[in-house]
Amino acid sequence: MMKKYDIIEINDLNLFYGDTQALKDISVNIKSNSVTALIGPSGCGKSSFLKSLNRMNDLVPIAKTTGEVMLDDKDIFEQGYDIVALRKRVGMVFQKPNPFPFSIYDNVAYGPRVHGVKNKKRLDEIVEKSLKQAALWDEVSDRLKDSAMGLSGGQQQRLCIARVLAVEPGVILMDEPTSALDPIATLKVEDLIHELKKEFTIVIVTHNMQQAARISDETAFFLMGEIIEFEKTSDLFENPKDKRTEDYITGRFG
Amino acid sequence: MQKKKLLKKIASYGVEKLFLLSACVAVLALLVIGVYILVSGLPGMFKIGVGQFLFGEKWSPSEGYYGILTMIIASLAATIGAAVIGVGIGVPTAVFLADIAPKWAVRILRPAVELLAGIPSVVYGYFGLVVLVPFISNTFGGAGNSLLAIIIILGIMILPTIINLSELAIRAVPRSFVEGSLGLGASRMQTFLRVSLPSAKSGITASIILGVGRAIGETMAVILVAGNTPQIPGSILDSVRTLTINIAFEMSYASGIHREALFATGVVLFAIIMILNFTLQAVLNRKAGTRKRRRAGVKPR
Ligand SMILES: Nc1ncnc2c1ncn2[C@@H]1O[C@H](COP(=O)(O)OP(=O)(O)O)[C@@H](O)[C@H]1O
Ligand SMILES: [Mg+2]
Repeated sequence: MMKKYDIIEINDLNLFYGDTQALKDISVNIKSNSVTALIGPSGCGKSSFLKSLNRMNDLVPIAKTTGEVMLDDKDIFEQGYDIVALRKRVGMVFQKPNPFPFSIYDNVAYGPRVHGVKNKKRLDEIVEKSLKQAALWDEVSDRLKDSAMGLSGGQQQRLCIARVLAVEPGVILMDEPTSALDPIATLKVEDLIHELKKEFTIVIVTHNMQQAARISDETAFFLMGEIIEFEKTSDLFENPKDKRTEDYITGRFG
Repeated sequence: MQKKKLLKKIASYGVEKLFLLSACVAVLALLVIGVYILVSGLPGMFKIGVGQFLFGEKWSPSEGYYGILTMIIASLAATIGAAVIGVGIGVPTAVFLADIAPKWAVRILRPAVELLAGIPSVVYGYFGLVVLVPFISNTFGGAGNSLLAIIIILGIMILPTIINLSELAIRAVPRSFVEGSLGLGASRMQTFLRVSLPSAKSGITASIILGVGRAIGETMAVILVAGNTPQIPGSILDSVRTLTINIAFEMSYASGIHREALFATGVVLFAIIMILNFTLQAVLNRKAGTRKRRRAGVKPR
């Protein structure tokens, strides 16, 4: 396996929605080719943190960010930073599967097309490769022209993952990607995440602590906009250093 | 407890049937009107001769000529022209309102559009008569009563329909589609053109169909600016008579075969509206995707 290094360095990240502070002085490093899980009670800022990493918070007019998110030694919040390039490099999978109301093929080809790939053969290759990477190819290869809306929830979510993979990102952000799925579909996505980690860096929000324990290498525990604890997953779950972490993972609050 | 449940069930059953009944009334009304028009219009058309009637260029009841080709052409030309204006201005305006416009612009535009929708058609006609017709006459020469005047008036009249419904359709595009696209690194413009517009296309299509339907059926506004001469227009500056004008103008005093010919004109108008609806729907839907995609629509599962 590739050598792990810090791919994202977050320094003193603060995020405000108007007057309310959603993230407070976050300073953590995310390692390459690993799965980092974000856990914590709802409303504690996990999604906000995730969305800071590819600047999806830019869509919220009242959101204001301070601090740095260093990606490849450049601060993504710097003036003039290329957001298109950022979002290509840092892809996002949402809580509810959100395929476009197009065909399966067009969903996967969407990203490459937007970024200028026109060649039909090249697109075919990308679509096939991405669907295979997302472990969906075998289920849909004979109906690529069918509407993506006809797929099951789990298939839709893997399609959304394939859609992200098609633009060849380095980092994939996932916001509770299995919360809308049944247990079997959830397992499939978890297996997929395990596979993807070989090539990609994954940051995943989950409200399911077993899931965090199963799939992640490191885990960050969020509480009211702060990271209380950020450790190797096994350490955090077996040996929480902070009382609040312990209370949370043993189900005493949250 | 048990009784309450039963009552509830009966109530919900009743409401359901009531809705069904309402829907039936609408369909029934359409059927009755359709049948009535056909029954009262078709015999006249056959008496005159279908070819004579549809392709005859001369309309002169006193001499026994009942050809409405000039009016068919006028109606189609006026409608197509109005649609070009209505769609060309209306859809971009809807896009602007739904996606781009700053709040203050929306605060001015939205009421303006609503006001436009509330103006009675005779007022449009009057405006056309006292402002537009003299303007055309002064600018391009001629009498001013013309196809061009009709096109402009109708184009403006159908704007509110197209703007309101298209905007609604664009706003109804789920935010998750937009986020998905932006998250892949697409620009706002790309997201709009490649995701929002295609997702809103059935609503936009509906708005255009309704607008076109209104344009082709409009009578009052058109009468005042058309000049009403039954001739095949050589240019958009020529005076014309539309199908609707023909009926409205002569119905009050027509009798016998003349009257039947006017009913038959109604049949043709009805048929044209139907054909326009179907072709427009087919064309606009084909453009954006396969049948399957259309069936899937934008409905979330
Ligand atoms: N778009 C927004 N506008 C205003 N406040 C927001 C917005 N999104 C999130 N918040 C607030 O920020 C806080 C953190 O939310 P979020 O990041 O969604 O938490 P989590 O994902 O952990 O449930 C919450 O108090 C929430 O109300
Ligand atoms: Mg969240």
